[in-house]
Amino acid sequence: MMPLQTETTYDLQAIRADFPILQRRVNGHPLVYLDNAATSQKPRQVIDALLHYYEHTNANVHRGLHTLAEEATEAYESARAKVARFIGAEPQSVVFTRNTTEAINLVAYAWGLANLKAGDVIVLSEMEHHSNIVPWQLIARMTGARLHYVPFTPEGELDMDALERALQQEPKLVAITHVSNVLGTINPVEEITRKAHAVGAKVLIDGAQAVPHKPINVAQIDCDFYAFSGHKMLAPTGIGALYARRELLEEMPPFMGGGSMIRRVTHEYSTWADIPTKFEAGTPNIADGIAFGAAVDYLQHIGIETIQQHEQQLTAEALRLLEAEEDIVIYGPRDPGRRCGLVSFNFKHVHPHDVAQILDKHGIAIRAGHHCCQLIMRRLDVAATARASFYLYNTIEEVRAFWKALDDVRKVFGKYGGR
Amino acid sequence: MVDDELYREIILEHYHHPRYKGALPDANLTAEGMNPLCGDELTLYLKTDGDRIVEARFEGRGCSISQASASMLTEAVRGLTLEEAKHLQERVKAMLTGAPHEPFDEDDDLSVLEGVKNYPVRIKCALLAWTTLGEILEQQEG
Repeated sequence: MMPLQTETTYDLQAIRADFPILQRRVNGHPLVYLDNAATSQKPRQVIDALLHYYEHTNANVHRGLHTLAEEATEAYESARAKVARFIGAEPQSVVFTRNTTEAINLVAYAWGLANLKAGDVIVLSEMEHHSNIVPWQLIARMTGARLHYVPFTPEGELDMDALERALQQEPKLVAITHVSNVLGTINPVEEITRKAHAVGAKVLIDGAQAVPHKPINVAQIDCDFYAFSGHKMLAPTGIGALYARRELLEEMPPFMGGGSMIRRVTHEYSTWADIPTKFEAGTPNIADGIAFGAAVDYLQHIGIETIQQHEQQLTAEALRLLEAEEDIVIYGPRDPGRRCGLVSFNFKHVHPHDVAQILDKHGIAIRAGHHCCQLIMRRLDVAATARASFYLYNTIEEVRAFWKALDDVRKVFGKYGGR
Repeated sequence: MVDDELYREIILEHYHHPRYKGALPDANLTAEGMNPLCGDELTLYLKTDGDRIVEARFEGRGCSISQASASMLTEAVRGLTLEEAKHLQERVKAMLTGAPHEPFDEDDDLSVLEGVKNYPVRIKCALLAWTTLGEILEQQEG
């Protein structure tokens, strides 16, 4: 057995104390929250940023000339700069959206409708989340473009040979996830981008499961679009971001029309505000945007590399424990270094909903379902999987408590043996 | 005994030994049901003689609650007229959603489904087979 490193370089108890919800008890047990891939918990610092805005600074942005309006604008734009810096971008290239899904829809409707025509090929993978499939299906229907899906290998990694073949069709766009929310697989996005650019394709990366867990630099990846959500990285729900190459944002027509995004409005036509405001019609989600900045501050204070290391230890332990169980199937790459901090699994004879329900009795929150990835489920030939996903505040003891509680699943279902 | 309101012995027994699972090639009434958020799938087959259900089977995959509920349904509707099946369907639906209903006898397997109503996220699992039955019956009425 590999020696197990349980030391982490930050003060885990101090971190946990920042998250009020971790004091909760669920069904008589301390909460063990292992559903971080769905949404993360929020630290006091982020909650305080929300409260502070509403209690001290509440005003609309980009329009008032009074003190509150100036402070609100300053805080909102400073949050944008923090988020941009966090992914190695300039602030003008970062559009605030509601979430990853809205960011991808923005690209689909603004860039896609203007640039795609009948017969054009859009390359996706079979490990995409529905939010990086359905917008492209809608745009394909409107433009006559064609979708081509790259499969993944039995080990749960993107089939790079199949990708190479797909690129021979000279697609207009390659839209691919950075990290799979079911398999945990980290895709080689730099290599994919290089190869896609060589055939003239634009590249969109769905970074929803990557930005919270590993260092991201969009300039290094060299992608054209990068979409992610705030709520999976300690920020409130309802705020996300789209990075896009500056010249693309400048060329693209607006996604939605309305206040703020205009320069001049006449009876007949309007001209657009500078980027990124051109893509932020109406009063934006100011409070959550500011709190997004606070979340980035929090993550940077600990260090995203440190968080990644910690999650890798938790994942390695979860894999070690689950691999030893004969009645459990694990999905995705086995090497913790090739995946992010989550483990999808199934009991051979128990449906994942039943697993999640029984764990909930122990105060343990995991996810069970298709995770908005029905293409992956079809490929794995299952209706659903159970998924434990980790974040900076989870402990090795929580991973072990989760594993121990699986015995209760066997107590309820196991006595009948296999079906 | 499993001491659990949700995973009652009878539910687990139906799950592990579903009564009438499998296709029914000569079915004259059939409908497919799905819970899109969880991925549970079900096909319900009925064979009728006049307005009486003489055979009922199901195929599907899903959690113990959805499959046990489907198994109980196939057992319960055999021999009923379509009108009686409609009445039973409405009674189970009311029980699962907490609406007023005529209670089931304790020795009726269906009575154990009552415990599901205390687990709001699982109600749709137990309902799947019954809403699928409802679709078949509506098609007949329509």
